[in-house]
Amino acid sequence: MSAASRGSRTSNRRVVSRVIIYTLLITMAIAFLIPVYMVLVTGLKTPDQVNLSTMWALPGSPSLESFSTAFTELAPNFGNSILLVVPATAISAILGSLNGYVLSKWSFRGANLIFTLMLFGMFIPYQAILIPLVRFLQSVDLFGSMWGLILVHVVYGLPITTLIFRNYYAEVPTELLEAGQMDGAGFFGLYWRILLPISAPGFVVVIIWQFTQIWNEFLFGVTLTSPGSQPITVALQNLAGSQIIQWNVQMAAAFLTALPTLIVYLLLGRYFIRGLLAGSIKG
Amino acid sequence: MTAVSTAYPSPPRRRRINKDRLTAFLMILPSIILVGIFVYGFIGITVYTSTTDSNAVQQLSGIPANPIGMQNYNDLVNGQLNTRFRVDMVNTVFFTALFIAACLGTGIGLAILLDQSVKGENAFRTIFLFPMALSFIVTGVVWKWLFNPTSGLNALPAVIGLPPGQFRWFISEQTILTFYWQDVPVILGFIALAILSCVSLYYWAKRRSRTAAILTAFTMLVLIWLTFGDPRSLITLQRAEEHGFNLALIALVVAAGWQMSGYTMAMYLAGLRGIPEELREAARVDGATEWGVYRHVILPLLAPITLAAIIILGHISLKIFDLAYAMGGGDNLFIDMPGLNMYFLTFRGGQFAVGAAVAIVMLIMVAVVIVPYLASSMRTEKSL
Repeated sequence: MSAASRGSRTSNRRVVSRVIIYTLLITMAIAFLIPVYMVLVTGLKTPDQVNLSTMWALPGSPSLESFSTAFTELAPNFGNSILLVVPATAISAILGSLNGYVLSKWSFRGANLIFTLMLFGMFIPYQAILIPLVRFLQSVDLFGSMWGLILVHVVYGLPITTLIFRNYYAEVPTELLEAGQMDGAGFFGLYWRILLPISAPGFVVVIIWQFTQIWNEFLFGVTLTSPGSQPITVALQNLAGSQIIQWNVQMAAAFLTALPTLIVYLLLGRYFIRGLLAGSIKG
Repeated sequence: MTAVSTAYPSPPRRRRINKDRLTAFLMILPSIILVGIFVYGFIGITVYTSTTDSNAVQQLSGIPANPIGMQNYNDLVNGQLNTRFRVDMVNTVFFTALFIAACLGTGIGLAILLDQSVKGENAFRTIFLFPMALSFIVTGVVWKWLFNPTSGLNALPAVIGLPPGQFRWFISEQTILTFYWQDVPVILGFIALAILSCVSLYYWAKRRSRTAAILTAFTMLVLIWLTFGDPRSLITLQRAEEHGFNLALIALVVAAGWQMSGYTMAMYLAGLRGIPEELREAARVDGATEWGVYRHVILPLLAPITLAAIIILGHISLKIFDLAYAMGGGDNLFIDMPGLNMYFLTFRGGQFAVGAAVAIVMLIMVAVVIVPYLASSMRTEKSL
């Protein structure tokens, strides 16, 4: 067998394997996008166009009617979710940053054990704390209020925000802080002048993570709120659970609920993945 | 406080650093206290509640709850009225197993495909991972529409001229692999037997005879218990109660897998990118085929990631709530889960104590998966 034909055979095999790889990837991509297609197609139809036999068909004349209906339906809860997510994310990010700073640069005896015990808090099924939590919130008059929900999300967000910042600050060389100490900076001086200015990527990861988690959360949202303070996921579930709301409105509502986190993901996906992996792979 | 670095010998500065240490501790203290109360304190209260007869009627009339020991737990396993909990446990086991398998399979497949230096890798990754950014409620609502038995996914085969699918997805009432609840101790015994004997064989093969001997002894004990003990008598439920794998769970697996397999892919991809190119080169130079490189070099190196993925996915599926809520609303027992049961018992039924017991069972299941993981990662960090 000549070298030339052997070469062309390997290059043939290469072409075949490339074709297989791309076919598989494109098929999978289409499969992953099917729900998106269905949401858009159904959401753009008018109620009389929605029927089971033409479920997959494109809308005859696209209409934004379902989106505006869904938006009117969800607007108050959309507002609630914003009012919940912004303060809860901000507070838990700041606390997480301070905790991470302490644990990575001012570690004390037993810090490792305490940190591990904290981390356990992010894995528990929240059902296991829900009954005392409800009674506690009732006793301090925060049950059913936005502030109660914010408090809960801040507290149960502490483990993950602390974890992300601890690992982020662990990368910062200690010499940098020692130099600052030589210049007479104390605990807050070091944080303010040295760590905080280089913390932006850490904050982006934490803010995206917390934003997504809290926006998407359902269990606390459904158990700790009153009808006036329900977040958007609860409103979507109520809307989809009632038999009279039509599929086009349901799909439009699902789209509106997903939109904020989707935009964040599409714009800042890199940081989103970092937060995602922080929860699973340590160090 | 004597262990201050020798780099700061002058007394005033040392005092300064000691003061900073104290400040640092005081800064983290509120978080420690909050987590202490909201996680551990509340778990303690839930455990206590689960050993009482606390319920809405008792609470409204102002009567204190009576301690009744393990009665609620006993009722969950053996009570005539608690079939729903037992269905949930069986559902959780099948759902967890299938969900993990689906995510690992899809995840590693996609990661390997994307690792072949493909064009548009970023676009593909974005597509496979975007469901992770969604709420399980959104996923549930959308897939409920897709699972419509008379159209939706079932209509897809018709596109290429095949007959439409007949599977009724999440409203399917088919159950396979059925068994009786009374058989559960026997089944668990056999599973323990299989695992123990495999592990002890492994240790015999490794010539670590002491560990192997202990394991073999345990294997024998289980065998003796299965043969001469009466495992079925552990269950005091009188009625023969049939359980099994509800096919409706497949719908839940598809939706949850759609949402989480991109995550698994991202974990594997991070692992693949961490493997130095030289290692692959070396294997290729030794004459390994592309498949051989994966089989013998890369997959073994990914084992820790598989373990981490199993733990992360497992704890998600053991406590799954939102997705099952959105797809079944708690009305469809074929896809019911303990998390839903706890919610309905507590917040709709006012049976706080029973709800607390279900929650503690969930906590124990999750802890079994998570605690060894956390403990081992704490130990490896210490050795650094």
